[in-house]
Amino acid sequence: MKHSQQELIQKAYDIRKDIIDMLLAAGSGHSAGPLGLADIFTALYFEVLNHDPKNPKWEQRDKVVVSNGHVCPVWYATLANAGYFPKEWLKTLRKIDSKLQGHPNRLDTPGVENSSGPLGQGFSQAIGMALADQLDGRTSQTYVFLGDGELDEGQCWEAIMFAVGKKMSHLTAIVDRNNIQIDGHTEDVMPLENLAEKFEAFNWNVQEIDGHNIDAIVDALNQAKSVWGKPSVIIANTIPGMGVDFMEWKPEWHGKPPNKEEAAEARQDLKNELERLRTLKGNILYE
Amino acid sequence: MIPDYKLQYNWQDKNSLEHKPTRDGYGVGLEELGYQMPDVVALSADLTESTRTNLFADTFPDRFFQTGIAEQNMMGIAAGLAINGKIPFAASYSAFSPGRNWDQLRVSVCYSKANVKVVSTHAGLTVGPDGATHQALEDIAITRVLPNLTVVVPSDYHEARKATHQIARMDGPVYMRLGRSKTPIYTSDETYFELGKANVLYVGTDVTVVACGIMVYEALMAANELAGKGISVEVINCHTIKPIDAETIVQSAHKTGAVVTAEEHQINGGLGGAVAEVLAEHNPVPMKRVGVKDTFGESGTPDELLRKYGVTKNDIVNAITSLI
Repeated sequence: MKHSQQELIQKAYDIRKDIIDMLLAAGSGHSAGPLGLADIFTALYFEVLNHDPKNPKWEQRDKVVVSNGHVCPVWYATLANAGYFPKEWLKTLRKIDSKLQGHPNRLDTPGVENSSGPLGQGFSQAIGMALADQLDGRTSQTYVFLGDGELDEGQCWEAIMFAVGKKMSHLTAIVDRNNIQIDGHTEDVMPLENLAEKFEAFNWNVQEIDGHNIDAIVDALNQAKSVWGKPSVIIANTIPGMGVDFMEWKPEWHGKPPNKEEAAEARQDLKNELERLRTLKGNILYE
Repeated sequence: MIPDYKLQYNWQDKNSLEHKPTRDGYGVGLEELGYQMPDVVALSADLTESTRTNLFADTFPDRFFQTGIAEQNMMGIAAGLAINGKIPFAASYSAFSPGRNWDQLRVSVCYSKANVKVVSTHAGLTVGPDGATHQALEDIAITRVLPNLTVVVPSDYHEARKATHQIARMDGPVYMRLGRSKTPIYTSDETYFELGKANVLYVGTDVTVVACGIMVYEALMAANELAGKGISVEVINCHTIKPIDAETIVQSAHKTGAVVTAEEHQINGGLGGAVAEVLAEHNPVPMKRVGVKDTFGESGTPDELLRKYGVTKNDIVNAITSLI
C-alpha cells in the first residue's frame, strides 16, 4: 500500500467536502452520484493508478475514462486533490469560462481523458484507447466508470461484446451500482438484475464489492489487473449520497446541489463520519 | 473555356471514359496510406468489402478492427483510438454512419476534436435497388452543422483517392461521402485537388453551377452542351462542403449573376443550402437547386432513380435555362 488506510479515509473525506463546496458554489449539478463514488476514486487515484499528475499526457500512464460524465464533480475534486490542477478551479464548476464544464471536456481539464455526457459513449472510447495502447505495445491499464442506469444504453452492450471478442485484459469497467437513476430506482425504470450474471454470461471477469470499503476496492482493482485474456468488471455497490445523512439513498438528490444551510449540515455530517471511521480499527471499520 | 486542370482528354465523351465507383478510390488510397503512415488504422461494422476497407484489412490485419453491426460502438472506438494517437478510418454506409451514430460523431468525435476520418459509402440515390432506407440523402445536412468537422464529397475515383490521402494528413475530424455505383472518371492522376479549395473546372460568364460528388461531371456535360447554344456556364467543383470555399463561390456569382447548385442529396440543408447561406450573406443572386426535393427514394437502377427524382444533366440544363 502506498498510503495507510487512515490516509485514504482522510483523502475520501477531503474529496467529499470539496464536492459539497463546489456544488454549493455552482448552484447546480449532481450530488448523490459523486459522493457515492468518492471512495472508489480515492482508491484508484491514490493507491492503484500508474500516473503522473504533473505530466497528464505521460505516454505510459493508465487511463481513466468516465462514461457517466454527470458524476464529474468527484472526478474534478479527485484530480485537484491529486495535483492535476489548483484546487481554486473547483469553485468555477459550471460557470462561464470555466475549465470545469458541467459535463467533462477532455480539451479543457488536465487529467480528463474523455468528453462525456450522452451515456454509453465513454465505454467505446475507453476500448479505443486501450486498443491504441495494445497496438503500440504499452501495458497501461484503462479504467472506465459506468453508471448502472447507463447500462440501459444499447451502445454499452455493443462495447461489452467487443471487449470480450478482443480479449481486452487491460480494460477494467467499474459499474457504480447505486440503484438510482433520474426517474427512480433502476429496477423499476429498467431492471438490470441479475447484473453480475449478465456480465458473466458475456464472459467478463466479474467482481461484486462494497464500493465504500477502500481495502476491498484496492483488492478488486488489483485482481482485475491480474486477470489475463478477458476484460474485467467491478460491480461496486454504492450508497448514493454516501457520507451525508440526508442525501443517502434519496433519488431526489441525484440531480441537485445543496443550498447554503444544507451544505453546512453536509459538512458536519462528513466530519462526524470521518471521526467515526477514525475511531474504528482495521476490518471492523467496514462491519 | 476549360482551365488547365488536366482532366481526361476525352472527358466530353462519357462512353469512352473508364467508370469506377468513388468507394474504389477510397479502398486503394487507404491501402496506400497503410504503407505510408503506420498510425493509420481502419474499422468496419460488418461492411468490410462493400466499403472497400478489405484491401487495407487484408494487408494490415493487426491494424483493422471489426466491430460487428454496431456503428455507435465503432464511432466511439475510433474516437478512443484517435485520442490515443492513431488515425482511424471508420467506414460504413451513410445511412448507418453518420445516420445511426450522429450523437457519437457529435460528442465522441467532433466535440472531443478526435482525429477520426468517418467515411461513408453508398450515399445517395445511386445505391439503387436497395431502396429508400439505404439511400442516404440527408448526411451532408447533418454533418455540415457540426463544429470542428470537415465535410468532403469527392466527384470521381481519382478525387476520392486523393481526398483519402489528404484527410489522413490533416489533423481533425472529417466526414467523407462516397458512392456505390460506377461513375465516369473524368479527372486524372494529375488533376489539382486541395481540401477546402473549390475548383473552377469550366470558366463561363452567364451562370455558375456549384456541384459536388457525381453531379460535378453532369454539370460539366451541361456546360458543354449549353456552350453550343451560346450559354456560357461556369462549373465549380465544390468537393469540400465544410469549410466551404466562400471566396470562389462569391467571386463567380458576382461575375455571372446566377447560380445553380447540383447534388445527389436533399436540396435542403445540403450543398444547395450551404451555397444559399454564403450567397445570401455576401452576394445574393437568383438561384436554383438541383437535387432531391424533400422526399425519400425507392428501388430502381441508379439511372432510373436519378431521372425520376430530377438529378441529371438535363435537370441542370433546365434549371439554367429557366434561371437566365
